[in-house]
Amino acid sequence: MTDPGPSPAPEQAAETGTLAARLALKQRAGGIVVPIATVVLAFLMSGLVVLATGHNPLLAYRDIFRGSGLNWVFHPTTNILDISAYNLSQTLLQTTTLILTGLAVAFAFRCGMFNIGGQGQYIIGIVVANWVGVDFGGMRPLPHILLAISAATFAGAAWAGIAGVLKATVGAHEVISTIMLNWIALWGAEWLFGDGGPLQNATQPFVPVSDNVAKSAQLPVFWGAQGFQGLDIGIFIALAALVVFWALLNRTTLGYEVRAVGFNPDAAAYGGINVKKNLIRAMAISGAFAGLAGAVDMLGYLYHYGQLDIPVSQVGFLGIAVALLGRNTAVGTLFGALLFGSLAYGTTHGLNTGSVIQPELAGNLTYIIQGLVVLFVGADVLILYVWNSRKRLRPRQAPKSARSAKAAA
Amino acid sequence: MTDRIVDDVVLEMRGIRKEFPGVVANDDVSFDVRRGEVHALLGENGAGKSTLMNILYGLYRPDGGEIRLNGKPISFSSAREAIEAGIGMVHQHFMLIPVMTVAENIVLGTEPRKGVLLDEGAADKRVADMARTFRFEVDPEARVENIGVGQQQRVEIMKALYRNADLLILDEPTAVLTPQEAADLFEILRTLRREGLSIIFISHKLNEVLEIADRITVLRRGKTIETVPREGATEESLARAMVGREVLLRVEKGPSEPGDVLLSVRDLHVQDDRGIEKVRGVSFEVRAGEIVGIAGVDGNGQTELIDALTGLQKIGSGTATIAGKALSHANARKALDAGIGHIPEDRQRRGLVLEFSIAENIALHDYAKPPDARLGWLFPRRMVDRAKTLIREFDVRGGGPFTRAGGLSGGNQQKLVAAREIARDPKVLIAAQPTRGLDVGAIEYLHRRLVQERNEGRAILLVSLELDEILSLSDRILVVYEGEIVGEHSGAVSEEQIGLEMLGGERAAA
Repeated sequence: MTDPGPSPAPEQAAETGTLAARLALKQRAGGIVVPIATVVLAFLMSGLVVLATGHNPLLAYRDIFRGSGLNWVFHPTTNILDISAYNLSQTLLQTTTLILTGLAVAFAFRCGMFNIGGQGQYIIGIVVANWVGVDFGGMRPLPHILLAISAATFAGAAWAGIAGVLKATVGAHEVISTIMLNWIALWGAEWLFGDGGPLQNATQPFVPVSDNVAKSAQLPVFWGAQGFQGLDIGIFIALAALVVFWALLNRTTLGYEVRAVGFNPDAAAYGGINVKKNLIRAMAISGAFAGLAGAVDMLGYLYHYGQLDIPVSQVGFLGIAVALLGRNTAVGTLFGALLFGSLAYGTTHGLNTGSVIQPELAGNLTYIIQGLVVLFVGADVLILYVWNSRKRLRPRQAPKSARSAKAAA
Repeated sequence: MTDRIVDDVVLEMRGIRKEFPGVVANDDVSFDVRRGEVHALLGENGAGKSTLMNILYGLYRPDGGEIRLNGKPISFSSAREAIEAGIGMVHQHFMLIPVMTVAENIVLGTEPRKGVLLDEGAADKRVADMARTFRFEVDPEARVENIGVGQQQRVEIMKALYRNADLLILDEPTAVLTPQEAADLFEILRTLRREGLSIIFISHKLNEVLEIADRITVLRRGKTIETVPREGATEESLARAMVGREVLLRVEKGPSEPGDVLLSVRDLHVQDDRGIEKVRGVSFEVRAGEIVGIAGVDGNGQTELIDALTGLQKIGSGTATIAGKALSHANARKALDAGIGHIPEDRQRRGLVLEFSIAENIALHDYAKPPDARLGWLFPRRMVDRAKTLIREFDVRGGGPFTRAGGLSGGNQQKLVAAREIARDPKVLIAAQPTRGLDVGAIEYLHRRLVQERNEGRAILLVSLELDEILSLSDRILVVYEGEIVGEHSGAVSEEQIGLEMLGGERAAA
């Protein structure tokens, strides 16, 4: 036996040390590998769908790529009349929204809650930004924009905060309450923008659409034309929100509390953290991101909103997929939003030429890919398992064959 | 080896090897079991005991080695095959169906039938017969959810016997039992041994192994260290074999020098979450420089008492005062600030955020105070520096400041909790089950540390279900039963006396 000396410590420490290190490495590796594998698998499966319709999936993907404007990187130009530059600007508009709605889901997740109410909070943001943008005309641009943005952000926070309060006080599950709040927001907005509604436009009594927000409330466009869906500075607001999200979680005591509650509420309470307060606060912050998304869209390029836009909008729900794929981190959310933004714009505008696939199928392909990504994100445990066992097999092969040789002998 | 009478040997495991990714769980492990003997497998957590038994029971396939049952080589690929070959296993966590009766649980899967229906009469009768043969005191018609843990364990054993097991594996069977229930279990095991059954008894408790086993095989880090007969083995010799070095089993401590009263509890009443009063009028004091131990069977109000003292549960009535400051509301923050340190009974559920790093866990109470933070802004660098110091001071092994707490072994997790609580310089330190599930080396360390902290003038309240621990560490002992203190001892007191009080004997007799 080994020498039972007084101190077997160093050997033991080394042993467990490497094991722990290996585990950490595996998790980190899994952290990048799994989302990528998820996306690749989703694309492969969607490719099979395209193949089943009798078309070439590679061509379809090439067109989606072109449609998203990501081919712009091969020949960058600031000329917005260039087709790839224009497509890219549109993709980035979508990405902006998805970053913010993604953060709305991710923040709640970090506190152990599932915020399905991003869509409702987004609509609240749209409504409030439109109201402030329209009714407070005559203000100077900067204060007007700041007022509209903060009002919409605050409204989104308050709306989500309702679900937080319900959870903290009576234990109502946030999934249920946020879904119900979605419907309230949706029908509330239908009424506000509808015929005779308070936010309906003043000039056309039978068109259920709001007025345009005042010029003073519109976000400056830096790429493209103001009023023609040019790329506005909302993208920088979204990028700043990513930094805020990261710093809030990792560099403030608030974030420490949120993460502690998210991982283990019992240990957090034991540590002296007020769990209920954190549930409410995290939900409110989560809703603030979604409300901000509504404001940035409204003031950035939509300017008005109509009854018919409400049920069509899905950006709040897409935020769930973005956050899941991005593992609820800032960087992950950025790439998740970029992927879904490119897909959303690229599929509908890249495949509409009909050269590869019928235009009416093109939009559905987006949904198929999105659905598959969400499905595979849900199955990430499986993907991680396959990935790990694949790695496990390699060092084992040698001893295994040696053993079977022995068994045969 | 060769001179042994082969008939005598029921089970032989030779050169068993089992690898898991990155770990060799069993490395050339060999031992054998004779007919009619209780053979103990002794080893620390992670020594490979359970792996070895799961191989025998057909749950794992060995990577190498040979198993012979009654002289014939065997290789099970499922538990069903092991059961058919006459092996029965009682797991630590029982696998019973709570809403079914004892008899139904026992016959489950091999029911006597009347047509397609269960022949309940026959089932009850067979179980009753068996209970009589082996002197089990269980009611076949009682529902499992209504009987105690000790009884449930008996049902598990009967399940195995019903399937004609003649080799019984018991995995840490006493972990869930009170001392009295454990004594009953040992009586049953002796009966079974007389009936010619062979028993493999897995444990890491030295005293019970010495009490019940005929031979003892010690495992350490996946290897067989030795097989010794009980005669001649001592706790010291077994501990040395288990840990690989000399272990101080008795805690060395001088007489206590009690100072000021730091924790004072007066007529405290506490209800649990369901509104049932669990602490019913408890009064006691803990002074600086003494360890007061609270002994009692699990569920007699200890958890609620601790939760009330640490601000995690509302105080019903009465007072608790920490260094002159009264605790009123359930407010963990206030209790912490008043000078409470708390090593909680469940370190994984409460003591640690397993997904947090070691550094973040060390900051769990003080993350919002300088030096960790100022005006709500965190300084992770400073957390890491503090963690480095404490990792060194408390000898936490298995990782650095950035290692996930969940990746540490149980002993090192507990050291991490102790490090955090002690480093806050609390006036009162509450240690609940501080060594539960830990191996001998870690237990030794924590016990020494608690005594050291006592000597430095902290008031220590020790709550433990391990009577040995209470007896060896405490300067004074309080015994709780159904939420009341039923005994107090400051001098020498026998284990039997406390055991009797723990079961309410004193009060029942009075």
